[in-house]
Amino acid sequence: MLGEPGSLVGIGSPMTVIVLAHFLVGLTILVVGGRAPRLAVSAGVLVLAASFVSTIAMSRRDEPMGETWTWIEGLGLSIDLRLDGFAVVMALVVSGLGALILAYAGSYFDHDRTFTRFAGVFVLFAGAMTGLVLSADLFTMFVFWEMTSVFSFLLIGLDDRSEKARKSALRALLTTGMGGLALLGAVALFQVEAGTTSFAELAESPPGGAVVNAALVLVLVAAFTKSAQFPFHFWLPGAMAAPTPVSAYLHSATMVKAGIVLVARMAPIFGDREFWRWSIVICGGLTMMIGGLRALKQNDIKLLLAFGTVSQLGFMMILFGLGTPSLTYAGVAHLVAHAVFKAGLFLGVGVVDHTFGSRDITVLSGVGRRMKWLAVLAAANALSMAGVIPLLGFATKEKALVGLIDSDHYVGNLGEVALGVVALGSVVTVMYTLRFFVGTFGRRVGAADSEVHHGPGWLLVGPIVFLAGVSFVGGLIPGVLGDLVRGPAKSLDAAAKGSLVLWPGFNAAFLTSIGILVGGVVLWRLTRAVTWRRSLPLSGERAYDAVYDSVLSGSRRVTSISQTGSLVVYLVATMSVVLVALVVSIVWDGDLAIDGLVLADSWQQAVIVLGVCAASIALVVVRHRFVSAALLGVAGFGVAVLFALHGAPDLALTQLLIETLTLVVFLLVLRQMPRRFDPAPSWAPRAFRLAVSLAVGVAMTLFALQVFEAREGVSVGEEYAVLSEPEAGGKNIVNVILVDFRGFDTLGEITVLAIAAIGVMNLVRMAQRQRRIEVPPTDEVIA
Amino acid sequence: MIGKRLTVLDEADRWLFRALMLVSIYVMVRGHNAPGGGFAGGLIAGSAFVLRYLAGGILRVRRSSIVNPSRLIGLGLIVSAVVAVVPLLSGDPALSSDIVKFTLPLIGEMKVVSSSLFDVGVYLLVVGAVLTVLVHLGSDPLGDGT
Repeated sequence: MLGEPGSLVGIGSPMTVIVLAHFLVGLTILVVGGRAPRLAVSAGVLVLAASFVSTIAMSRRDEPMGETWTWIEGLGLSIDLRLDGFAVVMALVVSGLGALILAYAGSYFDHDRTFTRFAGVFVLFAGAMTGLVLSADLFTMFVFWEMTSVFSFLLIGLDDRSEKARKSALRALLTTGMGGLALLGAVALFQVEAGTTSFAELAESPPGGAVVNAALVLVLVAAFTKSAQFPFHFWLPGAMAAPTPVSAYLHSATMVKAGIVLVARMAPIFGDREFWRWSIVICGGLTMMIGGLRALKQNDIKLLLAFGTVSQLGFMMILFGLGTPSLTYAGVAHLVAHAVFKAGLFLGVGVVDHTFGSRDITVLSGVGRRMKWLAVLAAANALSMAGVIPLLGFATKEKALVGLIDSDHYVGNLGEVALGVVALGSVVTVMYTLRFFVGTFGRRVGAADSEVHHGPGWLLVGPIVFLAGVSFVGGLIPGVLGDLVRGPAKSLDAAAKGSLVLWPGFNAAFLTSIGILVGGVVLWRLTRAVTWRRSLPLSGERAYDAVYDSVLSGSRRVTSISQTGSLVVYLVATMSVVLVALVVSIVWDGDLAIDGLVLADSWQQAVIVLGVCAASIALVVVRHRFVSAALLGVAGFGVAVLFALHGAPDLALTQLLIETLTLVVFLLVLRQMPRRFDPAPSWAPRAFRLAVSLAVGVAMTLFALQVFEAREGVSVGEEYAVLSEPEAGGKNIVNVILVDFRGFDTLGEITVLAIAAIGVMNLVRMAQRQRRIEVPPTDEVIA
Repeated sequence: MIGKRLTVLDEADRWLFRALMLVSIYVMVRGHNAPGGGFAGGLIAGSAFVLRYLAGGILRVRRSSIVNPSRLIGLGLIVSAVVAVVPLLSGDPALSSDIVKFTLPLIGEMKVVSSSLFDVGVYLLVVGAVLTVLVHLGSDPLGDGT
């Protein structure tokens, strides 16, 4: 495990302690949280809040903290955590929003059977995500990356009785899991090519060449799957099957940012490559457009926000991916702004859903009149999303536009392409923001106001007030956030620069902003009445389903060809392979130990061998299953006695016991089968089967003779015999080999035994279920 | 149950079951220095249950096994795996043996090797596996519990 025992949980390694504390609390909630759900939530909120506070405390040091745990020294693998500026920002987002959302969820959920699972996995996820953002190298990031995929799977499928939830969970897991594999590939390639996966060391001397480019493609695949970028964007809307707090936290604020974090770390080092920039701008741009357009089609306001998130992720991907100094700065700032307004909006949707029992804009009406305060709070966040002055989202988007306009001398014409894409995407953002706000809070003509089912408690409202406050006040004094994110941006790229202002003056970026807003409002008014029905001919979901289905049907086909269910086929196939192997071995090295062959060591041995032979021949001839099983037992007991005669009491004892038990198991099974063997299939007549059997028998005999001549080295037995007593403290070498020298083999074998027993159990249960359906319960019991 | 109840088997079961269980534990413990071990011990315990099954049918087996057999499998696997992994914590290779010697009053010097614990896991797992197979294959085809 992690090296240096004792210091594992020391004062000297606070980051490790924080991450482990999440895991500890999460597991505890899972195990015993059901007894006291309120206490469980409090414990979870407490650990997240503690993480928030200690992150602030740790960030006040001059030097970024680092913690390293050697994992596998020979492979150069270690868990490496580092709290630089960007990690601080992300860790604060993860822990701060986590605490708010978990507190909110405590009142949002009924405390039913899934609640403890939610709370436990939520805290576990927060731990994994904290680890991910603290990762100082690609390998560490990969470990936490995979954890977040698994926890996200568990949270999406929280309602395990809903087929849709299970399917969405699996789809998200398979897609992000594929990205995880790509990331593992990138880790391996970097390790081989550069000898390190540490971000700092890669930045110091960036490696180049085809292998590194391949690794970067894998990095992009990983980032695009995790952050739901085109063409892997399809899993995220499905993930909205999860309860709203999960969507707000994992699928808008944190996990989907993992890909962005990865790109943000890599772009300053490798972002100057053409294919990197182009794939980022193309995929990020398409994501921004597709997400926004699909948001316009949604009636479910939660799905609308989900697609809006997809769109925003595309936007941030472009900012970080291009990685010019001012864009990196704008990216960090917008990341914070987005986390705040999107989480606030999601939580607002949760309140609407909770209070009015619907999230459908074709059902909701007059929500704004019934809950004026909620409309005001949501307006602050929505305007921030649309980028309206003076909200926080305006300042950060403004900064992004400035950065894109100035990016020409870094990325050439690509900067203009990116600017165009972002401007278009922002117009759509304004449109879906209006659709969201008016649809949720406005009144529909001729519809009565929605009924209030039950009012929200203060824990539901508190987090929204706070988040809306940040969007609003932060927008009035953007300089505060602007100063706060400068350090973090510099930790990604030392050249990063910028500041946030409330009033930028009439420059090109500001005019673009105005154009975006006007365009968005006008287009929304024009298209408001249109119902968007048409979808793209090729959707990600359908492509995923097609691949998934064809893998399943393909493997079913392969199985039906290779697994016929006929014992004769299996035996003939197995024996033929054995025969070929034996013949090859015998012909290859034809020395047979015929010289000095002793017919029998003693008369007892001869008698037993003859007995075993007789039993074996009789076994083949008889037609009764019971009799043949008994004869098999006779042969087995004979072999056990042979072992004993040769001075192997351990073997003899085990063989004896095994034979006894096998015989009983045989009898138990055989009583349910016909008394006699079925006739063999016509394609394998007696002569054919006899020929195969004899050939294998003869080859086996020759092989045995050859084996005696084959030994060249010294038997390992000698070494074991010497080491047994001093090394393992045992006099019985056989046992010492089993539990010590070759203990891993034993561990594997008993695992196989366990699996076999469980297999028997399930086979019997399946058969019982089958028969209960077929046989009416009044029938006589056979036993 | 196979066939009729036989008094001989009934009596054999009554007298031998506990003895066989004791022997099985003895065989497991002595395994480190003499023929035996967890695997053989587990099989002996398993055959004690087989005897019980032959004498009294599946119900008597179910009644006399305190733990759910499949849990026994899991427990055995966990014990063995933990014993295998623990040495890693102190930086030793997996499955390294630790030898502990101490003196007990009346009994004298004792020697315990950590890998014996590994064998305990093997024992539990084997008993669990035999019991699982016995309980499932030994119940009637409709699974009504006779």
